[in-house]
Amino acid sequence: MVQSRSLIDESGKRTDGRVIDELREVKIKVGIVKNADGSALIEFGKNKIIAAVYGPREVHPKHMALSDRCVVRCRYHMSPFSTDTRKSPAPSRRETEISKVIRESLEPALILEDYPRAAIDVFIEVLQADGGSRCAGISAASVALADAGINMRDMVSACAAGKVDDRIVIDINDTEDKEGGADMPVAYMPNLKKITLLQLDGELNPNEFNTSLDEAVRGCLKVYEIQRSSLMEKYFGDEKEMKE
Amino acid sequence: MSLSKKSTVIVENLRKKQMRESISAGKRLDGRSLDEIRPIEIELDVIKKANGSAWVKLGNTEVVAGVKVETGEPFEGLENSGAMIITAEVLPIASPHVEPGPPDEETIELARVVDRGVRESEMLDLSKLVLVPGKIVYTIFVDCSVINVDGNLLDATSYAVVSALASCKMPVFEIKDDKVIETGKTQEPPITTLPISVTTVRIGDYLISDPTTEEEACMDARLTITTNSKGSIVAMQKGLKGYFSIEDVKSIADKALIKGEEIRGKIKGLINIG
Repeated sequence: MVQSRSLIDESGKRTDGRVIDELREVKIKVGIVKNADGSALIEFGKNKIIAAVYGPREVHPKHMALSDRCVVRCRYHMSPFSTDTRKSPAPSRRETEISKVIRESLEPALILEDYPRAAIDVFIEVLQADGGSRCAGISAASVALADAGINMRDMVSACAAGKVDDRIVIDINDTEDKEGGADMPVAYMPNLKKITLLQLDGELNPNEFNTSLDEAVRGCLKVYEIQRSSLMEKYFGDEKEMKE
Repeated sequence: MSLSKKSTVIVENLRKKQMRESISAGKRLDGRSLDEIRPIEIELDVIKKANGSAWVKLGNTEVVAGVKVETGEPFEGLENSGAMIITAEVLPIASPHVEPGPPDEETIELARVVDRGVRESEMLDLSKLVLVPGKIVYTIFVDCSVINVDGNLLDATSYAVVSALASCKMPVFEIKDDKVIETGKTQEPPITTLPISVTTVRIGDYLISDPTTEEEACMDARLTITTNSKGSIVAMQKGLKGYFSIEDVKSIADKALIKGEEIRGKIKGLINIG
């Protein structure tokens, strides 16, 4: 949390050349894991994350099944080579917590009552981490769930906002996360206008908080457009041809 | 792997209906108003072997926190600050639904959210807890045991950690001939602020603060907001498979600032610090 250097220069450019309300380059490729029922590879800046969905399928062990709805299981995992110093492959407490909040951010969008006694497994593998991996993971998982044909109320799009050099910026990168002031990941259902994930590390006064929340939601809407066109591309070819 | 599970606490449909009706009329089943926090009781120094301790009661939820101060190596990347480790355990004595064993994801979340509030608020000025930069620093353990569960473990545990830390007497360590020796003297911890968490949950269309176990069994989503003495928000965590609207989040944040200040005043009075 020590601000050792300026992270935004005089012209308003950030360490990676972006302006304050600019996302990193986002690419989503749908259906890249052949065996999975649905999958997506997201490249979010230097983040490289695969989300794969299996299900609805039978629950093992059977006693975990729920009679009125589907069980969602979620695993967020970082590969040992994904970080600067090698990460032990065993699941850490951080990964356990993130698996939980990601599952809870996706569940509101899924119509789980349609698949009683079944399970939907969501696997998120971070191959390369660059800050904001939980947000990128949620966005990819949401696309993978849609790709798997699971009944959904809405997409879930995620983007962080935060404070860097006392300014509110969106989509915090690794450097800004480590050296900046605050990081607030948000997941949002863009059509239902509901927040499904909200966390904060760092200090924001009430005004900064309100601005961050609005900015993060705006970031989520940008991510949503990319998610949407990635699915359109797989299922309908070029999106532009689809529009009348 | 994180999975959606059935709730272990069962509330009968009739009771649920009663709770919803009562809440929609502005009163909860235990007689509280929607944003009312249960009475907080704090007993300090209950564990003499610890450097600081607190037994906190938030209604029927009870948590004991103990502080142990030792020396050790600093964390990687944080060579010039003391180390702080916060853990939490829900003891099998605390409720019929707890089983002994490694912590489940809820308990891990509990410890991490409490830790986040204390760490991000910079409650302890860890830079003052260095003996030999990069080599030897103070290591502060705050371990929490939940004794009885009746909802809102997050806030109860957080108040216990804050009270135990703020009231602890740290041993003074010195370096002599490259060895760490305990001088037998004690010092005040370098406290900069008191982070206070306030948890609000949504049941249907209503937002209520400080839920009991019974209310937790009926809630749709949960939001914990931690604020500092300056009136800023320092940490947040949304929980459960429900959602909030943007307006909900903003009104919860406003309320967390006001309620947080009230609770901060109360805790300051109870632990006798300025």
